[in-house]
Amino acid sequence: MEKGKLQEYWRTNVRYLIGLLVVWFTVSYGFGILLADQLNAISLGGFKLGFWFAQQGSIYVFVVLIFVYVILMNKLDRKFDVREE
Amino acid sequence: MDVQTWTYLIVGITFAIYIGIAIWAKAGSAKEFYVAGAGVPPLANGMATAADWMSAASYISMAGLISFMGYDGSIYLMGWTGGYVLLALLLAPYLRKFGKFTVPDFVGDRYYSNVARTVAVICAIFVSFTYVAGQMRGVGVVFSRFLEVPINTGILIGMGIVFFYAVLGGMKGITYTQVAQYCVLIFAFLVPAIFISLLVTNNPVPQIGFGSEVVGGGYLLDKLDGLHQELGFAPYTDGSKPMIDVFFITFALMVGTAGLPHVIVRFFTVPKVRDARISAGWALIFIALLYTTAPAIAAFARYNLINTVSNTSYAELPNWFKTWEGTGLIAWADKNDDGAVQYVKGAPFDGKPAFTGETGELGQRLLSNELTDNANELYIDRDIMVLANPEIAQLPDWVIALVAAGGLAAALSTAAGLLLVISTSVAHDLVKKQINPNISEKSEVLIARIAVAIAIVIAGYFGINPPGFVAQVVAFAFGLAASSFFPVIILGIFYKRMNKEGAIAGMLAGIIFTAAYIIYFKFVNPAANVPANWIWGISPEGIGTLGMLINFAVSIVVSKITPEPPADIQELVDSLRYPKGSGEASMH
Repeated sequence: MEKGKLQEYWRTNVRYLIGLLVVWFTVSYGFGILLADQLNAISLGGFKLGFWFAQQGSIYVFVVLIFVYVILMNKLDRKFDVREE
Repeated sequence: MDVQTWTYLIVGITFAIYIGIAIWAKAGSAKEFYVAGAGVPPLANGMATAADWMSAASYISMAGLISFMGYDGSIYLMGWTGGYVLLALLLAPYLRKFGKFTVPDFVGDRYYSNVARTVAVICAIFVSFTYVAGQMRGVGVVFSRFLEVPINTGILIGMGIVFFYAVLGGMKGITYTQVAQYCVLIFAFLVPAIFISLLVTNNPVPQIGFGSEVVGGGYLLDKLDGLHQELGFAPYTDGSKPMIDVFFITFALMVGTAGLPHVIVRFFTVPKVRDARISAGWALIFIALLYTTAPAIAAFARYNLINTVSNTSYAELPNWFKTWEGTGLIAWADKNDDGAVQYVKGAPFDGKPAFTGETGELGQRLLSNELTDNANELYIDRDIMVLANPEIAQLPDWVIALVAAGGLAAALSTAAGLLLVISTSVAHDLVKKQINPNISEKSEVLIARIAVAIAIVIAGYFGINPPGFVAQVVAFAFGLAASSFFPVIILGIFYKRMNKEGAIAGMLAGIIFTAAYIIYFKFVNPAANVPANWIWGISPEGIGTLGMLINFAVSIVVSKITPEPPADIQELVDSLRYPKGSGEASMH
């Protein structure tokens, strides 16, 4: 593959990574740790929200993040014709 | 049938399955032995990764730890799952494209240096041995509690089973036994959790029951916070660790997970780059099943425990209390002579219980420990929360037997994965790559098999004679993985300018800083291991995060002031970045 296209593929990949890692950081370190005390003022059923993010929510979001990345990259691989057969 | 018979039956059946798989999946070539021929379907690899990753500690100890730590236990929940996002996004696909057998392979080739390779080999072996000793011990403990054989006999049986399928099947045998072991362990973990959730909250889904009202009214977590306040503990949902330490420990565990060689190597076993991405997703789903259930079990168990024992007279305590007292994992000292259990904040005495061998007038085992002057009378080992759960909830005998089989599956699957890393490091990274590159494939596999066998014996030895510092070195394993492997691999992929000098300087700076900090506070001067002496209040458990940052900084600065890597290495980095052609890349 030509160099320019490869660079474009890689730049798009890095953009996806940054976006997803911002979410990764926000739900775990943001909601689960740094802002946990503030969020604990909000209730989600019997959970305080900060506590819920730390012990449940962040894990669910982690799973979703990986599958979003898989879908994005499978599309990108096809678009740039680097998909393995 | 009684519990023992059930346990023999269920454990026997599961062991027969593992052995059957080992015979079916016998490895022939080096590629089969090291990476299961790179032919494992992603879903199966996800299960195998989950079993590989979830150890005796995750299965037996984690829920108990959280039960006693409350919110602070989140460090394990987030720390041991969030690393999979890093693996899927930043490591797994590129390492799969690289297409070799091991992490030291990548470090050695990417940094065109046998020094870097050797540093990586030493780290891989050290990290794996610290881990595997704990697994063998776990096998022994489960055997001794459920089958009433001595711990050492249990360890020998465990060694025999692992020996059989790891030596015979290599990675191929290990992968498919891990798939079976995952099924056993998750079933065994969820069944009691569902029963207990129903009992406490009338809701069969523990993850929802956790946030529901208890039978009799009031939200479970609110009630727990209330009980904790009454008894002088920190509120269950608040915790007591300083925020910066929670942050750093969580980060070190996440990054450490992503840098652990026995986890990384699992992504070498799938056929394609896109399979590496999705199998990280499957792995995390399978792990999340246990990791979202564990905090629920922790809260149920805490609630049950306090309600059962607090201010209850010893004579009226349920049977399980006395059974576990018999094993020495529960102890009671009636400080105020009222015949009832007072359970409040503080340790009842220093260290582990020392029984005199006599019993008091109520039948309790008497202690020779010097008692502390706080009002707490109860000693409980954290490990019993999961193991005693079925008894506390009065579940049928077969469930108790299942929990034993699950604990064994968790310990054996992790042990096997670690042993393979050790043997691969010796046979491939040391012998094949450095000592004798002309060795035939057949002899290489033979050396790998012998190395597994020796590693099993050493691991068994440490299981039988556990060094007192096993618990201490776990911080080491994660700290080292975080401060050594993670930055060199990330930079090797994402920073083309990164060179040999940067990698070696960075790894050494990260490892030396982290190791020095942990050794000082854990071994040299344990008395000084208090928050006031820590750098910015970061405990030795969390220091790997700082070590990682130091590694990143040193690597980048040193590689900027030294010559750039050769052209063929820069091409290698380019080729890692897109998936096509991983078939050719993996040809040796």
